[in-house]
Amino acid sequence: MTFPSSTAAETGSDAVDTVAAAAAGPSAAVVGRSPGQLMWRRFRRDRTGMISAAVVLAFLLIALLAPVISWAYGKNPDTPYGLNQPGLLNEFGYPILPNGGISGDFWFGLEPGLGRDVLTQLVYGIRTSITIALIVTVLSTVVGVTLGITSGYVGGKVDYAIGRVIDTLLSFPSQLFLIVLIPVVDSALVLPNQETPTWLRFASICIVLTVLGWATTARLLRAQVLSLREREFIEAARVTGASPARVIFKELMPNLWTPIIIQATLALPLYVGAEAGLGFLGVGMPETTPDWGRMFLVGSTVYHSDVTYLLFPGVSMLIFVIAFNLLGDSIRDAFDPKTKR
Amino acid sequence: MTSFLVRRVVGAIVILILISLITFYLFYAVPRDPARAFCGKICPPETLELVRHNLGMDKPLFVQYWLWLSAIFVGRDFTQFGPCPAPCLGYSFATQQPVFSAIVDRFPVTLSLTLGASVVILSFGILTGMLAAWKVGQPLDKIASSSSVIGASLQIYFVGPLVVFFLVDTLGLLPRPSYVPFTEDPLTWFVHLLIPWVVLSIIFTANYTRMTRSQMLEQLAEDYVRTARAKGMSGRSVFFRFAWRGAMIPIITIFGVDLATLLGGAIITEQTFTLHGIGELAVRAVQNTDLPMLLGVTVVGAAAIVILNIVVDVLYAFIDPRVRLN
Repeated sequence: MTFPSSTAAETGSDAVDTVAAAAAGPSAAVVGRSPGQLMWRRFRRDRTGMISAAVVLAFLLIALLAPVISWAYGKNPDTPYGLNQPGLLNEFGYPILPNGGISGDFWFGLEPGLGRDVLTQLVYGIRTSITIALIVTVLSTVVGVTLGITSGYVGGKVDYAIGRVIDTLLSFPSQLFLIVLIPVVDSALVLPNQETPTWLRFASICIVLTVLGWATTARLLRAQVLSLREREFIEAARVTGASPARVIFKELMPNLWTPIIIQATLALPLYVGAEAGLGFLGVGMPETTPDWGRMFLVGSTVYHSDVTYLLFPGVSMLIFVIAFNLLGDSIRDAFDPKTKR
Repeated sequence: MTSFLVRRVVGAIVILILISLITFYLFYAVPRDPARAFCGKICPPETLELVRHNLGMDKPLFVQYWLWLSAIFVGRDFTQFGPCPAPCLGYSFATQQPVFSAIVDRFPVTLSLTLGASVVILSFGILTGMLAAWKVGQPLDKIASSSSVIGASLQIYFVGPLVVFFLVDTLGLLPRPSYVPFTEDPLTWFVHLLIPWVVLSIIFTANYTRMTRSQMLEQLAEDYVRTARAKGMSGRSVFFRFAWRGAMIPIITIFGVDLATLLGGAIITEQTFTLHGIGELAVRAVQNTDLPMLLGVTVVGAAAIVILNIVVDVLYAFIDPRVRLN
C-alpha cells in the first residue's frame, strides 16, 4: 500500500470539479483546498460511505441516549419482568407469546429464564460494546503509533527489539491468550477470595485487548516511517538542523495521519467482535452489566426453543460491523483514492 | 535451504521459551495463590503449607520454572499426584488428570476442525476470488465482492446456532455437530463436522475471496502476462496457468499468519457446537482457574502455531526461491 503525500492526493475528478466551479461564474475563482476538504468532498460523493456513516452515527446516538430510550419506553434492562409478572414466561422459562414474546409491551421480546426486556438490554449492550471498543482502539492506536514510529525512526537495536516483540505477538494464538489473560489480570488486581468488581473486569478487558492489539498498527507505522525516512523532505529538514521532535511531529506525522485513521476505523469493528467473543466465552463483562456477548451466550443455549432471542443481538451486530467496515473502506478511498482494493 | 531451516528452527525455539517464560511468570507470580485455590475453601495453614510443598510452590519462581521446563523432557515426580513421565506438563488442579494426556485426548478434535476448515477456506475462497477476477466488473464479481463484505462481518457464535437451528432442528438435513474419530468411521466424521467447518470458514473465506481477486488482477497486469498474451497464449491459459501461480504466493504467506487466528476461531467454534477440543479445554480451565492446564494449553497452542509457521515458510521458500536468499 502506498500513501501519497498530501499534495499529490488530487485526483482527476477533483480537478474536473475545480474546473467546473471556476466555469460556473466569474466570481467563483479557483480556490485552493486543504487535503481535509478534498477528502471530505470525495467522501460526500460516496453513497455507500454516507449511508454507513449514518448507520454508525445512529448506533452511537442510541448508545449515548440509552437512558432516554429506556425512560421513554418505560422499561429498564435490569428488572426481571418475566419473574415479576405472571403470564409472560411458561414453566420452562420461555416466553409464552410466539417469536420470543414480542408484544406491544415488550417490542423485542423477553429474555428466556429471567424475563428481562430484550430491547433495553440491547440498547445498553451497545454502550458496553462501543465504549470498550473505542477505548481499546484509542489505546492500541496510541501505543502502536508511538512504538511504530520509534522503531522506524530510531532504527538499530531498538528497531530490532520492537520488531521481535511485534513478530512474537502476531504469531501468538491471540484469542487463546485473550481468554487466558483476563483471569490473570483480574487476579493480579484483586485480592484473593474477593469478588471481581465490574469496573475491574472492564479494565482487564481493555488492557488485554490493547496488549494483544497494538502490534498490527505498530508494524504498519514502522513500515511507513521506514519508507518516509529516506525521502528528500525529511533529509532536507534534517540538514537544516531540525530536531528529531520537529522531524517527527511536523514532517512525519502529517504523512502518517491517513494510515493511522484507516487502521483505527478497520480495527474498531474487530474489537466489537472480540469483546462480544469474550462475553460469549464467559470471560467478558459480568452479569447485570448488559452485554451483547452474554446475550449470544444465553442465545446459544436457548436457540432450539427460542431462536428470536439470538436474532436481535446477532442482526444488530451484523449491521453495525458491516456499516463500520464499509465506512472504513470509504474513508480509505476518500483519503487515498489511488489505493486499489 | 538447510541453513534457512536451522535459522527458523532456532528462532522458533527461542520464541517458544520466551512465551512459556512469560506465561509461567504471569500465571504463577499473580497474588491469587494457586495452592489456596487447590486446597479449597476451608484450609488450615498446615495443609496449605503441605499443598504448597507438594506442588513445588515453596521454591523460588525461577526454580519452579526450571522444574516445569525440565519435566517436559525428563518427567517429574509429584508428591501430590505421583510420577509424571516425560513429556510432562504437570497435573490439572481441577481434574487431577495429567495435562499432557488431556491435551493429547482433545487434539484430534481441534485438528479435524482446523484442517477441514482450512480446506474449505482455501478451496472456496480461492475459487470465488478467481471467479470474481475472471468476470471482473460483471454481476458475478459484484455478488462475490459484496457477499465477502457480509461474510467478513459475521460472527461464529451467531451464525453457528442459526445454521444448527435451520439445518438440524427445523429441516433435519444434517446431524447435530459432534466429533466421531476419523479412524472409527470417516463418513460419520465428515457429516458430523460439516456444519462446524462451514461456519468456521465463513468469516475467513470472505477474506481469501477478496485477496485472491486483487492478487489475480495485479498479476494479470504484470509484464509477463502481457508477453504471454503477445506470444499468442489464450486468455484462459494465461489466467489459469500463469497468473494463478503468481497470485498464490502471497495467499500462502497470509494463510500462515492466519493460522493463529484460525486456532482462535476454533475455540469459539468448539464452544458454539460443544465440541470437546483443546479450545473447550482452555475455556474450562479459565473458568476453574486451573493454572497448569492453562499453561499447558497456551504453550502447546503457541508451539503448534510456531511449527505450522515454519512449515508455511518452508513451503514458501520452496515456491519462491527469492525468499531463501534473504
